[in-house]
Amino acid sequence: MHEYPATVEIIKIAIEKSNGKYVKQINLVVGDLCGYVASSVELYFPIIAENTCCENAVLNIERIKPKLKCEKCGELFERELFSFLCKKCGGDGFPTDIGTEFFVRSIEIAD
Amino acid sequence: MEVDIWQKIYQKNKEIATALSEKLREKEILCVNVLGSPGIGKTSCLIEIIKRLDFKSYVIEGDVEADFDTVKLQKLGINAVQIDTHGACHLDSPLIEIAVEELSPEKGILFIENIGNLICPAEFKIGEHIIVLIVSVTDGSDKPYKYPLAFQKADIIILNKCDLLPYVDFDFDFFSQGVRGNNKTAPIIKVSAKTGEGFEDIIKYLEKLC
Repeated sequence: MHEYPATVEIIKIAIEKSNGKYVKQINLVVGDLCGYVASSVELYFPIIAENTCCENAVLNIERIKPKLKCEKCGELFERELFSFLCKKCGGDGFPTDIGTEFFVRSIEIAD
Repeated sequence: MEVDIWQKIYQKNKEIATALSEKLREKEILCVNVLGSPGIGKTSCLIEIIKRLDFKSYVIEGDVEADFDTVKLQKLGINAVQIDTHGACHLDSPLIEIAVEELSPEKGILFIENIGNLICPAEFKIGEHIIVLIVSVTDGSDKPYKYPLAFQKADIIILNKCDLLPYVDFDFDFFSQGVRGNNKTAPIIKVSAKTGEGFEDIIKYLEKLC
C-alpha cells in the first residue's frame, strides 16, 4: 500500500537528476523481498508522472529474486516454500541482501 | 544519454534515522523498535517489561487511529506520546524525530511501538538501536516462513501468550526452525503478558545494552 509515496520518491529522484531535460527511461531495481510491489509502482507511475519531465518516460523494472547462502557449501540459492535448506547439499541457508534491493539505477534523458 | 544514479528510494529516511540514532546514543538512550502484528500484545508486553526495568522508560505509540494504548500507559505513569498515521502502515524516521522532540527523553530506554503489521515496519529504519519482534502462539507457527524480513531484522524475538500453549496448535520446533532459517542469533523468549511469566530474560537482555 505504500507504493504510491515510493513512486513519488522515484519520480522526484529522476527529476532531480535530469537537469531539466525530458526523461526517456527510468531504470529501477526492485528485489522481491524489498516489500514493494513492482506492479503497483507501474500502476501509479503514469498518474504521478503526468505534467512532469517524466510524463512520457518508460519505467524499466529489473526484478531480483531473493537468494539464501548455504552455510555448508556457500551456494547461493532461491528458497523453496517452508524450507531454508540448500538444494545442492541440504545445509542451512541464511539470508543475504540479494532480493532486498529498491533503488533507481539510472535514467535516460533526452540529448 | 544515460545518467547513473544508484540511489535508494528511501535514502532520506535512512539518513534521518541514522542521525536520530546517534543523537539518542549520545544522550545514553537505548532506542527499541517494537514490531508485531495487531493483537499479539505489544503494549501488554511493554507494560510488563517497563514495570520490571530499573531504567527510566519512554514510549512512542504508533497506530493508524486511536490512542487507547497511550492512555493506558499514561495512566500507569509512563511517559508516552501517540502518533496516529491515519492510514499509513508503518512509522518513518521524520515522524519519530517530531515525537522524540515532544517526549524529550533523558537517559533510559525509548520504546517505539510500531504499527501492528509484520511487513512494512520491518522495511523502515526509524532511529532504533535494536528491534524487538513480538509474536504470539495464537498467530500460528508458520509466521517466520511467511514474513521472513521481520524475523531477519529482529535482535530479540518474544513469543507471547505462552499460557495458551495447551489450547492451541502451535508447533514450537517448526517455529524455531523457521526463525533460525532467517536469523541465527536472535534469542527466542517465551512469555505471557497475562501471567507475567518469562520477562526476566528480556530485562537482562535490555539492561546489558543500557
